[in-house]
Amino acid sequence: MVTTVQEKKEGASAPRPQFTNAEAGALEFPSSTSREYNYYKPARLRRTVYEDVTVEVQPDPEHYLSQGWLYAFADGQAGYPQEWTVLRSSNWHAFRDPNEEWERTIYVHSARVVHQIGQSIENARLNKAFARWDPSWVRQVEGHVGAWAHAEHGLGMHVFVPAQRDAPTNMHNNAISVNSMHKLRFAQDLILYNLALSEEFDDFDGARHRQVWMQDPAWQGVRELVERLTAIRDWAEAVFVTNFVFEPLVGVLFRSRFVMQVAAPHGDFTTPTVVGAGEADYARDLRCSRDMFALLVNDAAHAEHNRQTLQEWLGRWTPPAVEAARRLQPLWSQPNQRLVRFEDSFGEADTQYRSQIRELGLDAPEEA
Amino acid sequence: MSRQSLSKAHEKIKELSWEPTFATPARKYATDYTFEHAPKKDPLKQVLRSYFPMEEEKDQRVFGAMDGAIRGNMFRQVQERWMEWQKLFLSIIPFPEISAARAMPLAISAVPNPEIHNGLAVQMIDEVRHSTIQQNLKRLYMNHYIDPAGFDGSLRYFHSDYCGTIGRQFGEGFITGDAITAANIYLTIVAETAFTNTLFVAMPAEAAANGDYLLPTVFHSVQSDESRHISNGYSILLMALADEANRPLLERDLRYAWWNNHRVVDAAIGTFIEYGTKDRRKDRESYAEMWRRWIYDDYYRSYLMPLEKYGLVIPHDLVEEAWNQIWNKGYVHEVAQFFATGWEVNYWRIDPMTDEDFEWFEHKYPGWYNKYGKWWENYNRLRYPGSDHGPIAFEDVDYQYPHRCWTCMVPCLVREDMVMDEVDGQVRTYCSEPCWWTDKHAFRPEYQGRPTPSMGRLTGKREWETLYHNWDLADICQDMGIVRDDGRTLIPQPHLDLEDPKKLWTLDDFRGHPFPSPNVTLNAMTPEERQAFADDYRKGGPAGRPKDSAEEFRRRVEKVG
Ligand SMILES: [Fe+2]
Ligand SMILES: [Fe+2]
Repeated sequence: MVTTVQEKKEGASAPRPQFTNAEAGALEFPSSTSREYNYYKPARLRRTVYEDVTVEVQPDPEHYLSQGWLYAFADGQAGYPQEWTVLRSSNWHAFRDPNEEWERTIYVHSARVVHQIGQSIENARLNKAFARWDPSWVRQVEGHVGAWAHAEHGLGMHVFVPAQRDAPTNMHNNAISVNSMHKLRFAQDLILYNLALSEEFDDFDGARHRQVWMQDPAWQGVRELVERLTAIRDWAEAVFVTNFVFEPLVGVLFRSRFVMQVAAPHGDFTTPTVVGAGEADYARDLRCSRDMFALLVNDAAHAEHNRQTLQEWLGRWTPPAVEAARRLQPLWSQPNQRLVRFEDSFGEADTQYRSQIRELGLDAPEEA
Repeated sequence: MSRQSLSKAHEKIKELSWEPTFATPARKYATDYTFEHAPKKDPLKQVLRSYFPMEEEKDQRVFGAMDGAIRGNMFRQVQERWMEWQKLFLSIIPFPEISAARAMPLAISAVPNPEIHNGLAVQMIDEVRHSTIQQNLKRLYMNHYIDPAGFDGSLRYFHSDYCGTIGRQFGEGFITGDAITAANIYLTIVAETAFTNTLFVAMPAEAAANGDYLLPTVFHSVQSDESRHISNGYSILLMALADEANRPLLERDLRYAWWNNHRVVDAAIGTFIEYGTKDRRKDRESYAEMWRRWIYDDYYRSYLMPLEKYGLVIPHDLVEEAWNQIWNKGYVHEVAQFFATGWEVNYWRIDPMTDEDFEWFEHKYPGWYNKYGKWWENYNRLRYPGSDHGPIAFEDVDYQYPHRCWTCMVPCLVREDMVMDEVDGQVRTYCSEPCWWTDKHAFRPEYQGRPTPSMGRLTGKREWETLYHNWDLADICQDMGIVRDDGRTLIPQPHLDLEDPKKLWTLDDFRGHPFPSPNVTLNAMTPEERQAFADDYRKGGPAGRPKDSAEEFRRRVEKVG
């Protein structure tokens, strides 16, 4: 219960420092220079701090866990069962997060992002920049940008948080938990931005985002897809489909091809900063997912099985994602300045989706 | 952020969740608890835009202190006795930390309250922070402390070492089984709320007294996240209490979690603090004194007892018995002696006790010398290899090698408490009645006549000695990899003298000592032999004395008393 440091008792003595000379190099003896974590093979020549703080923290009966797992679920499954995905690997432990996320990087990065967002909102307020927004655009941000916060939140909380329990190694799970925090933070960034705007505009309806998300026909495809993604039991399927299907076809479409393109012509230079941070985090998370799944697609023993499975997932999830994207089309005709056509935006998103799939060595399904 | 804007922000964040209509999140982790009638209780609130900068600032202090410690040559005044135990402690602790992260979705899927979900998600990333920050601290020790052996292979050794399971269940207990049992009662209500005090407050204080001011910096930074976690757990507990049907489960889980945490954490941390320190000031608190203050007063009396009015059945008997174990039954001393008996199959060096240590123990625990003094004198006598003796576990030093507890995997050290029973077709020993109950009754698909289909199972090769039944000691060490880089000198040593290679034990000194498994041996006996064995075992102790010398010891004590 105490969460503070113990108070020194009145009159208590203090320990005396002693010279012990317990410093590295003070003596030579067997192993006196053995100063590397020697229980894992680094991915490259040199061990990285990231690897040192990540690899083998979550044990594995296939490695050193000689007594096996000590506790199990009721059905006897214990630890981190590889069967929690239908994908297979001849060495799950080979995966490394290309972003090398650990304590230090996680907090430095996200602290910088929230600082930047805070700054740009503050600057906009000081420069009275909100007053220059086109009124038709205010409605877009109020309803649609606000609605998007729900998508990020739902996926962060119910796709990525559980996936970091289910994947088989610490490298997977730490990377996935970072992905989940990006989404949860971005969702909060957006909703608090919504709050800030309702203090800037007299007629800004801070509750409308919810109604749009729950009822606006344009959004029901996206919401259905998000809800269905949270219902997937297989962690790899949930992560793969979210980052390789939902994100490029729906996420990037809305964030980059709509908000980021349409905001500035309506006098809004602030929303792109907020939304851009989320987009940048997706790029970071995608880099990680790409390495995660590329390993499986090229697995020495299971490449074919994995390829087929991923292909099946693409076949199953691409049509509803395309459908969700298409249902967003009305958004493109709502702002006053119609600078981009939905078909062009969708075409770009679709191209990105396809190239990401091809990079993995998979085939994108024919457009539904 | 101002207070007002902070509370507005909290309100706003609540708008993020919604009632799904097309599909609901996969129910991945089962629980027998129900939350149908639960009023929503909210935990401490956290907005990520203030959370990240706050933690980042804390990190800066930690990393600054690390640089400072290296520049200031901290290791010139660090006590080796203490640092050696860090090889064990810092192999254990990153695992429960990361397990806590992994446990969060169990709680999220069980508890229908979006406010709590947010708190739990933040806890998840906190735990990633804790795990990696601690691995990094261990890395620094490995780089700058005189003897890196043991740190270098810590996560291999810990996962196969003869006492690794003791620490590992303080982590495995969080991630499997009934979601609420694991992620709420075991993890938060007991491990975090009660026992992080000894881990993250008592340990650091002792580290500082041994010249290491880095461990306090890192662990206080870790502990400062703990109040939010405690608040998550408390909200869930209050919600669970709202449903009468949960109460028998809560009672069961609190008994299991309390007793297991006591067995495991008091064993490890008690040993580090009492036997891993060079600080023998008479006015420094003993582990028993710290326990009384932080666990008994601050947790049991101030936190648990007030929950009685909400219908929580508190295991008063087990709290009192835990204290009895520590204060009257010498639990920590028995465990430390067991660690030292088994120094051969560990991966750190264990310093013998000196006269100054003896004096301190006698002062803090009157009667200590009569019980444990002789054995530690033998430990000291046998510390260097010699042609006339093997390692202490294989010498006649009035110590009966103990049987393991099937549940907590600490051996049955308080001999009189040992329970023997045939469970799941195997004769098993337990350190105590509550550990027997945990295996026999709690971790079962039915509890008190009620189906508990979500409850977890005890699994694994729970007796380490079984893995190596009658192997030669040298082969065991080679198999575990606890050999130094010359291919023959052992990582573990029963002393701290590194100057003279002749004082260091090698594989050759270990050859010719077969290591039998007590449990395999026990199961090979006839029922009559077994009963006789158990009767004798219970008459043994303290300090591992076999029956005959135990009886003589008691006669002697009675005469003096
Ligand atoms: Fe923690
Ligand atoms: Fe036990």
